[in-house]
Order: sequence, then structure tokens, then C-alpha cells
Amino acid sequence: MAEVLVLVDHAGGRLRKATAELLTAARRLGEPSAVHIGPGAEKAQVTLAKYGAHKVYVVDDADAGSYLVAPQAEVLAALVEKTSPAAVLVPSNAAGKEVAARLAVKTGSGMITDAVDVRQGGDGIETTQSVFAGSYTVTARVTHGTPIICLKPNSVPIEAGPEAGTVETVDVTISDGAKAAKITDSQPKKSTGRPELTEAAIVVAGGRGTGGDFGPIEGFADSLGAAVGASRAAVDAGWYPHSSQIGQTGKQVSPQLYVAAGISGAIQHRAGMQTSKTIVAVNKDEEAPIFELVDFGIVGDLFAVLPQATDEVKKRKG
Amino acid sequence: MNIVVCVKYVPDAQAERSFQDSDSTVDREAVDGLLSELDEYAVEEALKIVEAQGEGEVTVVTVGPAAAADAIKKALQMGADKGVHVADDAIHGSDAAATSLVLAEAVRKATDGAPELVLTGMSSTDGDMGVVPAMLAERLGLPQVTYASELTLGDGTVTIRRDGDVASETVEAAMPALVSVTDQINEPRYPSFKGIMAAKKKPVETWSLADLGIDAGQVGLDAAWTRVVSFAKRPPRSQGEVVTDEGDGGARLAEFLAGQKFL
Repeated sequence: MAEVLVLVDHAGGRLRKATAELLTAARRLGEPSAVHIGPGAEKAQVTLAKYGAHKVYVVDDADAGSYLVAPQAEVLAALVEKTSPAAVLVPSNAAGKEVAARLAVKTGSGMITDAVDVRQGGDGIETTQSVFAGSYTVTARVTHGTPIICLKPNSVPIEAGPEAGTVETVDVTISDGAKAAKITDSQPKKSTGRPELTEAAIVVAGGRGTGGDFGPIEGFADSLGAAVGASRAAVDAGWYPHSSQIGQTGKQVSPQLYVAAGISGAIQHRAGMQTSKTIVAVNKDEEAPIFELVDFGIVGDLFAVLPQATDEVKKRKG
Repeated sequence: MNIVVCVKYVPDAQAERSFQDSDSTVDREAVDGLLSELDEYAVEEALKIVEAQGEGEVTVVTVGPAAAADAIKKALQMGADKGVHVADDAIHGSDAAATSLVLAEAVRKATDGAPELVLTGMSSTDGDMGVVPAMLAERLGLPQVTYASELTLGDGTVTIRRDGDVASETVEAAMPALVSVTDQINEPRYPSFKGIMAAKKKPVETWSLADLGIDAGQVGLDAAWTRVVSFAKRPPRSQGEVVTDEGDGGARLAEFLAGQKFL
């Protein structure tokens, strides 16, 4: 069976959830071979094997981590040449897409971004994407080279499927040209104790209506074990960091439950959340466009509604 | 320093965008187009740099159908000095890889093969891929310094702050370089009346594929490395229950969530 290369998504010595999703998806297409670039492979091996990696290619090159994107693309290009895989799967985040992009040009291959599903079709590997702010669903295929698929987080349900995960160390010489953009510093995001926005099953987001006070948002989120997001208006006002922004120029999320409080629902925001499975909104303005999307909506003051809901949720959860 | 800004003409994201039934490409006719909002930040950043340095020119480059001239026009109105429009019917239906090929050749030609700084937005608002800047860097052999939310020019270097999912990174490279900027980097100016009038006199060159030495067979729909097999409009979400808070809104919310098994 053909190999499927899976780029391992890891940060700060830990595997990110996307890796398990990619491996699960890769199993539909062939035999997954995880590609671990940078330190930490030994620790990761057990988990990679658990989610289906037959092999783990380890490239423990110091340069690969200190330079932006280009070295990883070179590593993958070398492995594509060596293994002639059926596909390469990569996380659909900024860095992942850029690695995929450079790999696509290097190998003359088609690439697909933000796939929410990938499967073996009759005519080859097929993907599903949600485009134009979620208003269209597209089925697509790669028609040239080795399909490079960027998979959106939270799209493929994770399934264990243990395999050997045999480690194979790979030596790749990184060219000088790839060592041009140096990462001179990295400040990890402060941990809030809450799930990461693109990985969370539930997201509670606040907008202009909070007036800068995200207390009720955070309280409600914590009662549900949810991630906290913010509209562009809230981020531009400096109330919440850009890393929490949901929208066209922020994160696009598709959780099981999305609660929008004090958010009017302009198209820039909708582009970031309108494929969520269940949508709830709280807004003082009954005309707010967000209400067109909701499965349940409350016209009211979030400062009254959310705290009450929080208490009620806590009571029910015991 | 002379700066080249690559921009895209896109269907208005506020309008109802769609695909053409004939060939499954984006319908660029049915909806009004404009300069991609995210590219305004790149144009603005270029203008700020040349203004701060007191010298240099901003050239705006676009690849697109005839109407894409409007994207150049807007950039010129903001203050860019000249425009380059690559227009050729054969380009219709190009994928990101082919688009980056054409842009790379246009940048080379516009800078006599020696670009100093190439700026782009972080992604287009129609394709939404965010990959052309990286492909451009790959093709031009320039350092890729992308997703900048802050940018500083040093002595022959460019340093940016790049905010990712898990960390904020500082990335530094020697010039010449390719830089993409996010919507966090600045506030794009509105064209002034003076700027609008001045734009009318600014030079815009139009180039074909032949002018760039690119064979038509390398670009366009048939040459694309991916294919849209089918597309379908998502049925609009039907609105569920909307209630007014009469002192019990929160409780009703909790009840709804319980019913949906979220608790």
C-alpha cells in the first residue's frame, strides 16, 4: 500500500491535536508515515504510532526549527522524492499552508487548503472545502503531481489505529537559501487554561456589545469548558488579543457549539464561524444579522443573560 | 527603496459570490470587484516606508482580467506611483501555482530582475488560501517573511512580528525580501481628493504572457494542478427559535443547551 506522508504538528515539546486528525485521515489513503521535524521525536513516537503511523521519519535538524517554513518544505520535498507517496497531509494553519505551498512548487504538485474532509474517490483523492464564508461546499481533486492536502483542524474525528511507528532517521541537507528568514525569538502564547480556539468543541465569543468587559463571556465559557473568541471589533478595540479573533482575517472555526454574545454578525465575522454545527446568539438588537444564523437566539442584554445561563449550567452539571 | 506590491482584484466579499456553471471557476462577472481588502494593508505599508525614507517608488502589480485595472487604480489613488497589469485571456482559471508564476515574472520585469522589497497581503479574500506569498518567495528565491503584524526595517534587514496559533515569533531576514502583512499592521488610508485626481496621470503598463516570456500552456484552467469537481450552495441556515429575555433568557439558554446535549 502506498505511503502517505503526514507532517507532524508540534509545539513546545507537545503534539498538537491536528496531528492525530491528520494521521486518522491519512489511514483512508494509504499507510501513514509521520514526518517529525525538530526535537522531541522520541517522546512523540508513542502517540504517532497510536494514531496509525507505520513509520516515523525523524529529521532532528536544528536549522529546521530556527528558520521560517523553507527548511520544512525542503525536508518534505526530499521525502517525496524518496518515497513517492500517495499524498502529503499537512495542518491547515498559516505555517502548514506555506510549507505545502513551497512543496507544491518544488514538486510540481497541486495543493488544496482548508479541506474539511479527504477521502479516496473513484478518480483519486477527493477533498471537501467550505468556501465563500461557508456559503458554498466544493469537492476538489489534485490533478498533477503528489496531492498535497491541508486539513482544517476539528474536521476529522480522531480514531486510534495503532501501528508500529518504526523510527527512521533521515538526513536532509538544508540549503542556504532556505536559511534566509531566521526566527530570532518566540514568545509562547500565555496559557489561559482554556482549549485552543481551532481545536475546541465549544466556542463562546464576545463582540462590541461587551463594551470591553469579557467577564460574562469568560464565565459562561468556563462553565462549558469552552474556548473564548472575539469579534474583530473587540480585537481592534484592544479588548482581546488578535489570536482570539474569529473572522475572515482571524481564525475560522467550526465547533459543535458557537455562542456569539454582543456580536452583530457582519460578514467578516460570519466567514469565521458560520459552518459551526449549532449557533446561539445573545444580542440587544433584534435586527442583528447574527440572528439569521442561529439555532437559538436571545434578544437581551448579555450582562443579564450570560451570568444567569452560567449559573443554570453549573447547577445542571452539578 | 523601490517597493513592489502585488495586489488582487476580487469579487466583493459583502456580495453574493458564486461559481460559474460553465467551468466551475469563480464567477468574477456577476459580482462587483474591487481591490482585495487585505491588500490595502500592503499598499499602506509600502507607502509608509517610502514616506519615512523620503525616497523610493511604489509599483503595484496585478494579474487579472480587464476589470482588475480598478484594483491598480485604487492603489494609485492611495498614493502608489505606478501600476503594472498583467492581462491575458489564457490566464483565466489559473491555480495559485500558475498565478505565482506570472506574478514572479512580472515582479522580475518590473524591477529589472533586482527586486528590493516585495510586499503582499496575507491572503486574498476570495481564494483565501494564503499561499501565493510563500510561492512567490520560492520562485523569486527571496527570504519569506510572512504574516507580519509589525514590521521594522534595519540596515539592509527586515524584522517582523508574526503571530501564530501557539506563539508570537520575531522573524528577521536580509534584504531583498518578500514580506506579507496582516490586517493588524496598520490602518490603510482613504484616498484623498488630491490622490484621486493625481492617480489619473500615473503610468500603468499592461503586459501579456508573451511580454513575460510565459507560454500560455503553463497557465490557465487546463494547466491547473487542481480541479473543482463540483460545487453546491449550502442551504441557508433556517433560523431556529429567537426569544426575548424577560428575566429568564439565561435559563432558557441553558435549557436549550441541555436539550441539545451540550451539558
